[in-house]
Amino acid sequence: MATNMLKEKYIGKINTVTIGATKEQGGTRTSTVTVGGDATMPFLQFEGDMPLKPVVAMEIQDVKPDWHPLLNEVFADVMDCPVKWAQKCVECGADLIYLKLAGADPDGANKSPEDCAKIVKEVLAAVGVPLIVVGCGNDEKDNAVLPVVAESAAGENLLIGLAEQDNYKSVAAAAMVHKHKVLAQSPLDINICKQLNILITELGLAADNIIIDPSTAALGYGIEYTYSILERGRLGALGGDKMLSQPVICQVGYEAWRAKEAVAAEADFPNWGVQADRAILWEAMTAAGLLQGGAHIMVLRHPEAVRLFKKNAEALMAAPEI
Amino acid sequence: MALTGLDIFKQLPKTNCKDCGSPTCLAFAMAMANGKASLDMCPHATEAAKETLGAATAPPVRTVKVGVGEQEIVMGDETVLFRHDKTFYHPTALAIQISDTLSGAELDAKIAKVNALVMDRVGQQIAIDMVAITNCSGNAATFKAAVEAVAAKANFALMLVADAAGLEAAVPAVAAKKPLLHAATAENWEKVVELAKANNCPVVVKGNGLDDTAALVEKVAAQYKELVIDFGNQSQAKTLAEMVNARRLAIKKKFRPFGYPMLACTQATCAREEIVEAATYVAKYASIICMKADEQALLLPLMAWRMNIYTDPQKPMAVDAKVYEIGDVTPDSPVYICTNFALTYFAVEGEVVGSKIPGYIVAVDTDGASVLTAWAAGKFVAEPIAEFVEKMGIMSKVNHKSIVIPGYVAIISGKLKEKSGLDVIVGPQEAAGIPAFAKANYPHLMK
Repeated sequence: MATNMLKEKYIGKINTVTIGATKEQGGTRTSTVTVGGDATMPFLQFEGDMPLKPVVAMEIQDVKPDWHPLLNEVFADVMDCPVKWAQKCVECGADLIYLKLAGADPDGANKSPEDCAKIVKEVLAAVGVPLIVVGCGNDEKDNAVLPVVAESAAGENLLIGLAEQDNYKSVAAAAMVHKHKVLAQSPLDINICKQLNILITELGLAADNIIIDPSTAALGYGIEYTYSILERGRLGALGGDKMLSQPVICQVGYEAWRAKEAVAAEADFPNWGVQADRAILWEAMTAAGLLQGGAHIMVLRHPEAVRLFKKNAEALMAAPEI
Repeated sequence: MALTGLDIFKQLPKTNCKDCGSPTCLAFAMAMANGKASLDMCPHATEAAKETLGAATAPPVRTVKVGVGEQEIVMGDETVLFRHDKTFYHPTALAIQISDTLSGAELDAKIAKVNALVMDRVGQQIAIDMVAITNCSGNAATFKAAVEAVAAKANFALMLVADAAGLEAAVPAVAAKKPLLHAATAENWEKVVELAKANNCPVVVKGNGLDDTAALVEKVAAQYKELVIDFGNQSQAKTLAEMVNARRLAIKKKFRPFGYPMLACTQATCAREEIVEAATYVAKYASIICMKADEQALLLPLMAWRMNIYTDPQKPMAVDAKVYEIGDVTPDSPVYICTNFALTYFAVEGEVVGSKIPGYIVAVDTDGASVLTAWAAGKFVAEPIAEFVEKMGIMSKVNHKSIVIPGYVAIISGKLKEKSGLDVIVGPQEAAGIPAFAKANYPHLMK
């Protein structure tokens, strides 16, 4: 009995975006990463193309962060050196390096824009994978730092951010002049997400230079909001909405490693079991869940979560005969 | 396709008699269209209307129950493909496998371990739902003994996984517990379905892919309808594609052979990989996931994912409106005011924990609205906040007279000070600013 599979017909698809540039393309990367291009809901390859696999960006910072002991265990010997840290992440399977310039924070190390640019250059020199660079979170400082970083790394085709609804101009302009991609973050709101993309494109930056960060809520702490926004955005894009057709990045590591279930000691919550297992799975599960929503780039921290995520993505990418 | 309220209204008696509990026939029709009322609530519906509406408004996915009493699990009865369209109703049941090759003390230990898979999280108890006893020994008598031993001690509903001979041996003794039988296949379905019918147990129909399974379900459904579908799970991507197709056909095309709950078995052999694989099936329509992982730390993330996906998106997530103690609070500890919207509360809680300075958080009842939403609606302004703080008696637990309010509602500080008689400190706008704020204001309380 033939069941006549129910194949949806979509008119739109997700933009294809490349991060990084090789020598021939004006950069110094040994590999580039291209994401997007999907013409179907996640992994439903019986009705549309899903040409490119989801990728992992591993997070590093320019100053030693106060991370969970389980993460320190893995990275202890490299955490005070972004160069070595980045190299270690590449060994752990990172497709990209996500560099947070936490040291620029005026309340912290308060590094100068030039110092920040120097660190970015050092990491670029140390690894061949493409780079995502974000500021410290202080708008005023980031607006001073990111243009300098963008200029000094001109040609490398970074993904640079964050651009937000009330603070997007300087980073978008810097990306436009120096040919980088922009990471546009909206606060769990699909309308603001779309509006921000419109504002950025109105500056003159083409829509296919943007990656959407819808804001990630961790497993157990609102992940279903992010998940449904991803689904709605993806349906919008497949329905032809160009301002929702950007690939999506989810900053999973930061959120997952704040969850109580990930970090609480076994002694305090005996019926939650072994802490290392649940912490790593909290990160991997947040990523796996959001992958079903349609995310393209996962920012992760723990190498085992990276391995689990990649294995899962690989299994899902195998187009089955059905 | 589901009927609209107007389609239904045309078939109703239009008496507006209110006997159904709705104020008008049109209101009743709208309630039916939303799945909130059924035609049998209208005593005046004609037979013709019952026939046409009954078939058209029959749920696209049949409700099937396993287990009895407190162990009962309700599956199916889903109506949408995306949770944001309405909600998913019946959370995926997790079934943990127990092999019948275990016996005696080994088996007892395993049952005890599975029974302990109950956890507390954000004020709710969450647990696995089923125990799947599997006839790995291939011997019917061994299977029967294991099933009886597990049935006597396990706290969860049962699934019996065996061939026809194994099921025939084991089912009658535990039929009162209404186990789920796995599985009726192309080879044995007549025997297994007969057994299920005789013992009033639901049964899994296991085919091989979409077409084969649909054909098998059609044969079985002519005789028995308490069914769960298994597409034969060969790979994660294939199972995903099959379940998506089946659920679409059931909901959008009313394709009856797929109008039943679905079961997926994990393929991964590493326990961590198994959990991550199961995330896919929870998101994409599985009513039961059968798996081997049996550690609390592994199952907690999966249960949290299930809880999140099955949260009703139409109801704001709220925490109890009360005072929360974060860390080892003392009478010197700061008092933070926020709303009882769960995301707001957890954001503040996370940062107060991160600040390493114990504190009280007062989650003011705003019906689960965020700070600015509640402020705009007049629920997070001076009077209600002052009243709530007073009612909670929090200020009698501390030896100071100050409260910290979110920076976004700085505008209410003057009036709040007047109403409450307390010192109102304007905190940072974002919860992320709390650690820096706390370190600057309460350095002596740092731990």
